[in-house]
Amino acid sequence: MPNERKLRIKTLVMVFALVICANIGDLTLKRGMMEIGPVDLSAAGLAHSLWLSVRNPTIWIGIFFLVGFMVSYMTVLSWADYSYVMPVGAFGYATLTLFAVVFLHEHVSTRRWIGVLVVCFGVLLVGMTKPRTTEAA
Amino acid sequence: MTATIGLLALLICGSTGGEISIAHGMKTIGEPAALRPKAMVLFLGRALRSGSLWIGICLMTVSFYSLLALLSWHPVSFVIPASALSNVVGTLGAKYILHEQISGARWAGVLLVCGGVALVAGG
Repeated sequence: MPNERKLRIKTLVMVFALVICANIGDLTLKRGMMEIGPVDLSAAGLAHSLWLSVRNPTIWIGIFFLVGFMVSYMTVLSWADYSYVMPVGAFGYATLTLFAVVFLHEHVSTRRWIGVLVVCFGVLLVGMTKPRTTEAA
Repeated sequence: MTATIGLLALLICGSTGGEISIAHGMKTIGEPAALRPKAMVLFLGRALRSGSLWIGICLMTVSFYSLLALLSWHPVSFVIPASALSNVVGTLGAKYILHEQISGARWAGVLLVCGGVALVAGG
C-alpha cells in the first residue's frame, strides 16, 4: 500500500476514534450531571456537587472517554498536520447531532441539518488533502 | 461590549494557541513506535515531559474559563458560532507557526466547516 494512502487511512481512523470518544464522553457527562441535578453556585453547593460527581460512576465513564479523546488527539497530532486534524475533527458536530436524534430523541431543525451537511462537505474537502505537509520528526 | 470582544479573543487565541502548542510538542517527540499498549505508554511518558504540552494545557484552561464566562453572559447560539472563527485562526497559526502548507482545497474546507458550525450552533 503506498505510504500516503496508509498515512491517510491511519489518520482518518484515529480522527474517527477521537470524535467518537469526545461524543460519548460529552453525552455520558451530560447524563451524569443530570443524575446529580442542578449545581448550586455557592461554596457549599459547589463542594456538594463535586462530592456527588466524584462518587458518580457515569461521570467516571465520561472522564474515561475524554481521556481516550485526549490520547487519540495527541497521537494523531504526532504525525498529521494540525490544519488537517482540526477541521476533520469537526465531523464530531455531525455525529453528535445524529447521536442526539437516535439516543436522546431530540428534535433537530432543518437549519441545523443544513449546517451538518455543510460541515460534512468541508470535512470531505479537507480529508482529500495531504494529511502531512511537514517533515516527520 | 469591550469585555465580550476581549474574552472572545482570549477564547479563540487560548484554544488555538493551546492546540498549536500541543501539536508542536507532539511533532517534536515524534509518533509512537506502534499503536500497541507498551509503545503508547512510552509515547505518553515522552509527551508528559514536553514543555509545549503543558503550555498548551495552560492556554486551553484559560480558553475554557473564557468560554464559561462568555456562556454566563451570552446565549450559546452567539458564543459557539463566534468561536468557530478559531478554525480560521488555527489554520493561520498552522501556516505561519507550524509551517504547514495550506492548499486552496484545505482553506475552502475550513471555511465550509466554520459556516457549518455556525449554522449547527445557531439552529
